[in-house]
Order: sequence, then structure tokens, then C-alpha cells
Amino acid sequence: MLFKAFLIKYGEIGIKGKNRYLFEDALMDQIRYALRDTEADFEVTKEQGRIYVEMNGDYDYDEVVDALGRVFGIVGICPVIISEKCRWEDLCRITGDYMEENYPDLNLTFKVFCRRADKHIYKPSMEMAADMGEYLLDRFSQLSVDVHHPQVSLNIEVRERVYIYSIEIPGPGGMPIGTNGRATLLLSGGIDSPVAGYMIAKRGVKIDAVYFHAPPYTSERAKQKVVDLAAIVARYAGPIRLHVINFTDIQLAIYEKCPHDELTIIMRRYMMRIAQSIALEEKSMGLITGESIGQVASQTMQSLLVTNAVCSLPVYRPLIGFDKNDIVDISKEIGAFETSIEPYEDCCTIFVAKHPVTKPNEHHICRSEHHLADVIDQMVETAIKTQEIIDCG
Amino acid sequence: MEIYLDNAATTRVYPQAAETVLKVMREDYGNPSSLHMKGVDAEKYLRDSRETLARLLKVEQKEIVFTSGGSESNNMAIVGSVLANKRLGRHVITTRIEHPSVYNPMEFLREEGYEVTYLPVDEYGLVRLDALKKALRPDTCLVSVMAVNNEIGTIEPLEDIAGIVRQTNPHTLIHVDAIQAFGKMKIYPSRLGIDLMSASGHKFHGPKGTGFLWIKSGTKVHPLILGGGQQKGMRSGTENVPGYAGMGSAARLEFDHLDEKIDRLYELREYFIENVLKIEGTHLNGGRYRGSFSMSQEGMAGHCAAPHIVNISFEDIRAEVLLHALEEKEIYVSSGSACSSNHPQLSGTLKAIGVPRALLDSSLRFSFSYDTDKDQIDMCLQALGELLPVLRRYTPGGRKRR
Repeated sequence: MLFKAFLIKYGEIGIKGKNRYLFEDALMDQIRYALRDTEADFEVTKEQGRIYVEMNGDYDYDEVVDALGRVFGIVGICPVIISEKCRWEDLCRITGDYMEENYPDLNLTFKVFCRRADKHIYKPSMEMAADMGEYLLDRFSQLSVDVHHPQVSLNIEVRERVYIYSIEIPGPGGMPIGTNGRATLLLSGGIDSPVAGYMIAKRGVKIDAVYFHAPPYTSERAKQKVVDLAAIVARYAGPIRLHVINFTDIQLAIYEKCPHDELTIIMRRYMMRIAQSIALEEKSMGLITGESIGQVASQTMQSLLVTNAVCSLPVYRPLIGFDKNDIVDISKEIGAFETSIEPYEDCCTIFVAKHPVTKPNEHHICRSEHHLADVIDQMVETAIKTQEIIDCG
Repeated sequence: MEIYLDNAATTRVYPQAAETVLKVMREDYGNPSSLHMKGVDAEKYLRDSRETLARLLKVEQKEIVFTSGGSESNNMAIVGSVLANKRLGRHVITTRIEHPSVYNPMEFLREEGYEVTYLPVDEYGLVRLDALKKALRPDTCLVSVMAVNNEIGTIEPLEDIAGIVRQTNPHTLIHVDAIQAFGKMKIYPSRLGIDLMSASGHKFHGPKGTGFLWIKSGTKVHPLILGGGQQKGMRSGTENVPGYAGMGSAARLEFDHLDEKIDRLYELREYFIENVLKIEGTHLNGGRYRGSFSMSQEGMAGHCAAPHIVNISFEDIRAEVLLHALEEKEIYVSSGSACSSNHPQLSGTLKAIGVPRALLDSSLRFSFSYDTDKDQIDMCLQALGELLPVLRRYTPGGRKRR
């Protein structure tokens, strides 16, 4: 049996009052975007507060469910079969066949829910549900009814046609992209930052990304890896614009003029400053990083304080309380892990002191940065001016 | 202008070989097994290519089996010969500096219950003959040694090795991985007294996905790819006719005026080494001089290398950084073996010849071809001269150097 449509269940959107239609429209746009690359011919419709994806002709079920499973805002995906309005006896037979096909075992409890948009057909909804239940009990002796905690909730909805469904595949939840502004992700080649981008995007935020490239200390392949990671996040977050900043000169200047145990922290402060300039240009409302307290020297509370001090935009750190294992789990779930662990250097791992400061003091750091005073503004300006833009996804 | 000094990784296909490939693909596209004219025309390319290779190696045409490249040739030589000669014994010998396409089949045999002896090498990468003598046993069925090392260019004393093996145990099979040697050294397998020899098309300006294995007639090798019985059952699958035609054409060109070209390449190599060693903090890994497959000749035993491979260690430099810095000037070289650059821990040769730990990650391979000219070498030397002081400013050791 081919499911002819998918009923899309969404959660938090439902409570957004007068803005509800904005959220629903964004969700429909995202569904269309996600299905764009499938071979299916489909139509996304909204009827009486429900979103349906109706399929025309043959399509690859797994591919479509997989694509819908990446659309933020979807809580559940229900594959639906559609019947023309027919005689009651035929509807019973079709429903019975549906049950038989989807639950071969049939040794389970169920409950029938009926809804009619067309009130002139069949019988009152409650009566319809009871009669359908009786028909099924008669036809399949293993079935039993449980009206409080049924294992299968069988839904029959009568509209222009009759929709039958009982299966709900969980969606990713969250909010549709485009309903919550825009933020700029500091994307490295590591495990954390793609996950951070994914998590903020899940709240409906449109994402840009910044990558700091340091040739010849980082290779073309390291850059390609970041482009690949952006494309992986874009499968969920929609197209991502990646700003590639050549960071070599700044990094070398820091290496030459500043104390080595402060290299990383100073480097990160310049990365944040540059990311913020780009964010402001892109009308982005915040920065996103993959930092998590205490993971490395530059992510102690003291280091975060000193790094944060150069930003006026809010910095979103969705992984702040996560253990590495938890981050790895999400990374695997979204399909980024294999790419993240490819062995190409990113610029954070090259200029690392043996014993970096773990409790930097902002006053000291500012004094160190003062050694860069005559060159750094020009370098930052050049780095921003010569950025390369790559659209991913 | 692009300067490609990574010819041990792969080479640019000779234009004439590429034209041959294209012609076969577009016009003579038949399946050599087909009975009609189209098949016969296609088969002719295979015959021509086989004839060329046989002539250049001074062997019989029927002794050449086409493969998909060096790795397949090595796999077939090792696994195939051991499978077909079980009665010879369950002990095999190889060296510590082989390419992964020899090392991994050896490890596969070990897992299957064979005993594998890995011979040590000296500071130039030369197989220790005394160790070979000690390792040989009555049940040794195979000895596999490379002709030219892919990382540092060492020429192994194949004649001496074959002599020792034959003297001790005449039935033991000898395989030579000649992937880096074919076209850069004069190598005649039947005169060396070996049984199997691997080569790869893309190392001598032929197309990728092509190679061959020479199997001395009478030597039993079990095929690894079974199917329609092509190539007398030794390697099934419709032959890569355009590829093999291109490989034959490339081999012809590579061997044209070979003596002069080898002379010139050795001069170029020496010129490069002489000048690169003038730069502070550089070391040559492996031998410096011209050599052959015999220890007894030339009197330079142990100090020899193939004409196209030079491996240099640069103190206080990370090889990968220098590689990318050269890349920015369109000079392309390799760190370790390009095939295994993603797995730096696999670079076994440098470790095996005793390069100090601090320099393992500081070594680059420059590999030439007959197209390489002195201008390119000069530009590379100039680039190294400019880059090294700059890059060393940003490394801990380099800072002290100032």
C-alpha cells in the first residue's frame, strides 16, 4: 500500500496566537525546501489548521520521511491513506485492510477517532467510531479495545476525501527556520560547532557561518571539510552562507608579538571581533559558538569571560553545559561526526602553546594586545575585505 | 607556472598516451572478447600493449597480466602466489619499508595463519642481507622486496637478494614491487632471477587504473578476480582496453632514449641535493649516488638511490606547513607517501632508517620526471630559500635559531 499523504503535526507553533499563520507558512516553506531534492511530486496544503503533504504518483517513502524528519517545527509525521468518499461498508473494508497491512500481528489494543468536516455523510462522529470499532473487532478476533491507553490510535477524517492514519513518526521538534531571526556561527572543522549551529537553527534561527582559514598552516582540504560540514548543517538549517576569512597574517602577528601562553585566547578574541563585524553586516542578531565550560583552556569560565568581553552582540553557546559525549551523540545523529573527525588541521590546533593560560585576566590580555596596536586594525580590515563567500547547501 | 615535483605519487599522462586512450574510447570501443570485428580491433590494442611491455622488459608476452594498478598487482602477486603454492610452506619474508599494498596483504596472510618476517634495513634503507640469510627457512614460500623505495628512493640489491634466496632455497618465490622502478631504472626481471614483478601505469605517465604483473612462465599464481575467464583466466573482467593501450603507449615513450634521460635526471637530482643541503638545517634521507640492483657493482653500495626521488628533512619545520607554503607558489611536493598522507602514523620508511623523531614530521619528498627541468629545480630551491627563514620564525625551535 502506498501512503498518499503525510499529516504534519507541529507543537509549539500552535500556541503562537495571532502569529500562528506566520509560523505555519514558514513551516510549509521549509517542508517544500526539504523535499526539493527528492524525486517526489508533492503538494503542501493547509486545511483547517492542519498541514498535509499530498503525494502525486510514485515516490520513495523512506526518502520523503527522511527529508521531513529534518524539518524543524515538525513534531510528528503521520503517513496517511486516502480514500474517495464511498459507501460505509466499503470504508469499513478499506479500514480493515489498512489495519491488516500495517499491523500483521493484530494482537493489540486500539481506539478509533473520527472527525468529519463534511457533516452530511455517514453518521455522527462518535457513532461512526463505535461502529468502525465493532467492525474491526468482528473481523479480527485478536484485536481488543482500550479507550484510555490504546496501542494504536486509528484516525479517520472525512473531508473532501477520507483520510486514514494511525502511525506517527517523531519529527525533530523545534521551530521552523526563518521564524526567529538570524545568527552567525563560528564554524571550525571540529565536532562542536556544527552541533551548536544545528541546535540554534532548531529554534527557528537562520544561520550564517564564519570560518577562519590560515594557509599554509591549514590546507585546502581543511577548508573543504568546513564547507562539507556547513552543507551537512544546511540539510536541517536551510542554505548557509559561509564567510571564509584569511586569518594567517593576524595569527602570525599574534605569535610574534604576544606571550605564547596567551596565543589562543587573543586569537579567539580577534575571531569574535571579526565574526561580529560580519554578523552586523549580515544583519545577524547574535553569534553562535560551540563552547562548553571547561572543555579546553580557552573555554574555562575565565577564558569565556575574557573572550566575551570583545562582543556587544549576544553570544549563544547552546553546548555550554554539555559533556563531550553528549555532543558526539548529536553530531552522529545529524550525520556530521564522520566529517568532523577527518584528520585535517584547523587553525586552532596549530599555534597552541604547551601550557596555555587557563585563568586569563582581561587587563593582562589587553596589555598584550597593545603590542599589536600599530598593525592590527589594518589587518582585521583586510581580512574582512578579502573574505571569500561560499554558499553551502 | 606550475611546478609538479610529486611524480612518485602520480604523473601527468603523456599527450600521446591520452590521445590513444581517447581514440580507443571513441572509435575502437569493442569488447576484446566479442567475436566480431569490433572485438578483434579492440583485442589488437591489448596485444600491442602487451608486446611493448614484454619487449621493454625482455620477457615473453604471455607472462604479462594486466591489472587495475600497482595495488592489485602486489595483492595478486602475494596472495595469489601463496594460495597457489601452499605446499612450499607457510612462511613469507618481506621488509619493514614496503608500500601498504604489500604490507597489508602480508598482514592478511599473517591473520590467516602464515608466519611473516619483516626484514630490517640499514640507515640508507637497504635490506640487511645477513638478516635475510637468517630468516630464510625450508618452508619459506615467498620473499617480497621492493625495487625502489617510494619514500626515499633506495635501490634494493635485488641481484644479491635473488642470489641468496636461490642458493638457500631454490623453490622460494621472489616477488619484486617495481612500481617506482619501472621506467626510471633498467630492470629485467628474468635476468634478476625473480618470479613476479609489479608495475603501475600512472607512475610512468600512463592512465590511472592500469598496471600489470609479470609472472615468470611456469610460476603458479591463483587469480584474485574470478569471472568470465579473460586474460587466460588470470584476471577476469572485461579488459580496460583504453587504459592498457594508453599504458603501452606511455611505456614506449618513457623508454625512448632511456639511458640519456636517466643520466640527465641523475644530474638534476645531484644538483638539487647539492643546493638544498646548502640551506641551513637540512638533511638528505637515503642514498645520494647513482646505483644499480647489485651490491657488488659500482662500489657505492648503500649510498645509492633512484634518479627521481629525493627526501629531505627540514629542522624546525612542519612538513605539512612547508608543503602548503610551496603549494601557494604552485610547487607541488609530498610529505611522506602521498597515498598514506592522511595516516601520518603509517610513514614507516623514515622510522625504519632511523630518522630522529623530531624530524619525522619535518620531511618532504621531491620527486621528478623526465619533464622536470633545471629552471623548475631552481625555482623550487629559491622558494625553499625564501620560505624556510619565514616559516621558522613561527616555530619554537626556529625562534631560537635566530
